[in-house]
Amino acid sequence: MLKILKYSFYDLIRSRWSYVYFLFYLALGFVLLFLNNDLSKAIITLMNVIIVLVPLIGTIFGVMYFYNSKEFTELLLAQPLKRSSIFLGQYFGVAGSLTLSLVLGLGIPFMLYGLFKSDAIWNFSLLLVTGAFLTLIFTALAFNIALSNENKIKGFGYAVLLWLFMAVIYDGLFLMSLIVFEEYPLDTFSLTATMFNPIDLSRTLILLKLDISALLGYTGAIFKRFFGTHTGLVVSVSVLLLWTVLPVWRLSAKAKRKDF
Amino acid sequence: MGILRQNLIIAILLLGNFARGETLRICESCQISSIKEGIAIASDFDTLLIKKGTYREFNIVIDKPLTLLGEDYPVIDGGDQGEIITITSDHVTVDGLFIINVGTSYTSDYAAIRVVKSAHFLIQNLVLEKLFFGIYLEKSRNGRVYHNKIIGDAVDEYNSGNGIQLWYSQNIVVEQNIVQHVRDGIYLEFSDHITIKDNFSSDNLRYGLHFMFSNNDVYTNNTFENNGAGVAVMFSKKIKMNNNSFKKNWGAASFGMLLKEINDAEIRNNTFEENTVGINIEGSNRIDYTHNDFINNGWAVKVKGACYTNTFSNNNFLYNSFDISYNSKLNDNVFENNYWSGYTGYDLDRNGVGDVPYRPVKLFSYIVNRTPETIVLLRSLFMDIIDFSEKVSPVFTPDKLLDANPLMKKIE
Amino acid sequence: MIQLEKLHKKFGRNQVLSGVDLSIGDGGIYAVLGPNGSGKTTLIKSILGMVVPHAGNVLVSGKNVRNDWRYRQNIDYLPQIASFPGNLKVRELIRMIKDLRQKPSDEDNLVQLFALEPFLDKKLRTLSGGTRQKVNVVLTFMFDSPLIILDEPTTGLDPAALIRLKGLIQREKEKGKTILITSHILQFVEEVADEIVYLLEGKVYFRGSIEQLKNKTGQIDFEHAIAALTTPTANA
Repeated sequence: MLKILKYSFYDLIRSRWSYVYFLFYLALGFVLLFLNNDLSKAIITLMNVIIVLVPLIGTIFGVMYFYNSKEFTELLLAQPLKRSSIFLGQYFGVAGSLTLSLVLGLGIPFMLYGLFKSDAIWNFSLLLVTGAFLTLIFTALAFNIALSNENKIKGFGYAVLLWLFMAVIYDGLFLMSLIVFEEYPLDTFSLTATMFNPIDLSRTLILLKLDISALLGYTGAIFKRFFGTHTGLVVSVSVLLLWTVLPVWRLSAKAKRKDF
Repeated sequence: MGILRQNLIIAILLLGNFARGETLRICESCQISSIKEGIAIASDFDTLLIKKGTYREFNIVIDKPLTLLGEDYPVIDGGDQGEIITITSDHVTVDGLFIINVGTSYTSDYAAIRVVKSAHFLIQNLVLEKLFFGIYLEKSRNGRVYHNKIIGDAVDEYNSGNGIQLWYSQNIVVEQNIVQHVRDGIYLEFSDHITIKDNFSSDNLRYGLHFMFSNNDVYTNNTFENNGAGVAVMFSKKIKMNNNSFKKNWGAASFGMLLKEINDAEIRNNTFEENTVGINIEGSNRIDYTHNDFINNGWAVKVKGACYTNTFSNNNFLYNSFDISYNSKLNDNVFENNYWSGYTGYDLDRNGVGDVPYRPVKLFSYIVNRTPETIVLLRSLFMDIIDFSEKVSPVFTPDKLLDANPLMKKIE
Repeated sequence: MIQLEKLHKKFGRNQVLSGVDLSIGDGGIYAVLGPNGSGKTTLIKSILGMVVPHAGNVLVSGKNVRNDWRYRQNIDYLPQIASFPGNLKVRELIRMIKDLRQKPSDEDNLVQLFALEPFLDKKLRTLSGGTRQKVNVVLTFMFDSPLIILDEPTTGLDPAALIRLKGLIQREKEKGKTILITSHILQFVEEVADEIVYLLEGKVYFRGSIEQLKNKTGQIDFEHAIAALTTPTANA
């Protein structure tokens, strides 16, 4: 698997897209800091970028890479290699290079700006960790979609839909159900619903750092336990891990049964 | 000896007009070995110099103008029996004592030191521990409570007392005290013309400072931190609150400051940082909020019920989850020339004032008021989208509530 | 070398292989023929494990290949369409395949044979179809495995390269290897194949030498013999 990872990774590192992605984050980081002159404010803006753009880029890039590397895949399939290592190798190659672009692209400007001397370092690291998780999750989901759809256009369509659903529609439905059932105790429901969407989950993780004062404003016992202690952090990170592992597992299982 | 001399000088200066008295020494091996005994034999304006040691006494009544001066913090241990010192005379000074073990009762408010219907008193340099009530001023005037340290061990509200309590008292200065772990740090009821300054009140069960029916008071330069519910100012008029800092009051019913039925007050140069609610305002009118910093609060300002003719100008609203929350569509309050970190407008004419108004009330804050659990959707893309549409055409939020001249730069 | 037992495969509703039984011994050149869509490529991919059959077994060297991958160490495969990752240079591609297979290889002679030196530092994307096929051939023949599978090896090759390819095939055969070929170029098949496997409607319709085929169909010409196979009524 490591060999495939290496080749996918090199292949990507040399492709135009990872440069574009890297430069985009680099520019974003510098512009944010230049305009705001304030780490805390830049971090809030970054959070929006991370929970919206990172999943989108992960999804699109994942699908695109999968379809574009069809030849490479076929070449590998005839070689004495395990199927799951071929796909996992490619997956980690893509997810790894995207994560690297994200971490370096944002890390460099913030580092130059004196992040290490600032209190914001923990918030910032949390942002990067969340961003990395989202990349891993959405690339895995994209690979799953691409693997199940031979048709490129269809695959792209589903991928964009997936993003749209997770980033916007899900929250709309979520909000509606909260308002419709407002007479009932809802804190278990709302925390559970958060767990079922990796974007919401990452957002919550960041909120725990940025908006803890507001989150502690509620009486619900479950809310209190979740936000008031380390439980929230531990649970969120574990569920994010689960969100990463499950699609990857399905990817490798599905790849075993597929014909080429 | 230096401190002692200093204290002596202060005492002498204060009592200068009256004190021609002698100094009586109290210690275990002295002629006078208890404080009560000392008070009994002392004449007016005498000084009782209490040497280091432990004095197991309670219900000490000071009924003549005396100075009680502790040397190297003698301990007065009340043995949980009841009240420890009660002052019933004018011109009393209590200085430099370590008072512990005040009795707890469900029927009487035992205090470490109580001043009853007296004037011109000075209570300073005391350390109070294991207390029920700390310093209790009752119908007293013209006194000073200075540089005391009150550390309680309160766990439940029903069986704990307040650190410094003023009841029907006037013209009193409460200065440089540290109050921690009691029910209310500083409590005022029916007390006018009080100055509260440079105090540090933290980790109290209920309020750091609690004001009721007290008018014309000033509090400045105090720090209120991590109290159960912050600071409550209720049913009072003409209060001045300047340069205070309200921090880390977290919880469902917590706020930096609660204003309830407060009129004609002035709130300036205060810092509200990391509170669930910075200021919670109910039925308060004609208040001038100027040059305050609201930083990282859940809600910077939460307006409930009828509040009219309040002015918010030149404040900094920095990174609050919500800047302003309103529960009605009516607005008669003015927001002008504030700096809002959430402002995204532009300043084409470069005059330092944004060219488009800022709307501090978000639709989401309206939704959260209605259904609190929706807070988990804070900062989601969906919420940003509907907030944006509300910003473009306000339907649920007061459409006249806006800062027409938001500043482009933070006020330093 | 290879045993196929009652191999079934369908894609969606399309039944491609319906009970293929085939046994291929050690050594010799076998040509798999059949009309378009008769399942030639599917058959080959089943042997390679790229297609997972619904029923039946594939045994290579006596071992079932299901869920195994190590047996591919012993197979050199030339895919039908020479499609490679376009970002790579020819040299890198060769190095990568060598790295992946970890077997001794002799690519230098082959590169020389097909005059590929000028292209070694070009990206695969920029190569013509014929050149790419040459690279494909190099990648296949540079290892020394007992089983060689060639799917349409002649596609896009110029006459000179074709002659060299034939030479290569003969050379490998002489080493006692088993070579499986599919091709539409019947002339090429006639020249190289020892035995013909003819697939029709997902089954082995004919199996035997070219002579046997000619005898069976009563045709003198190989091309006509094949044509006669597909229209059995003409023969009856």
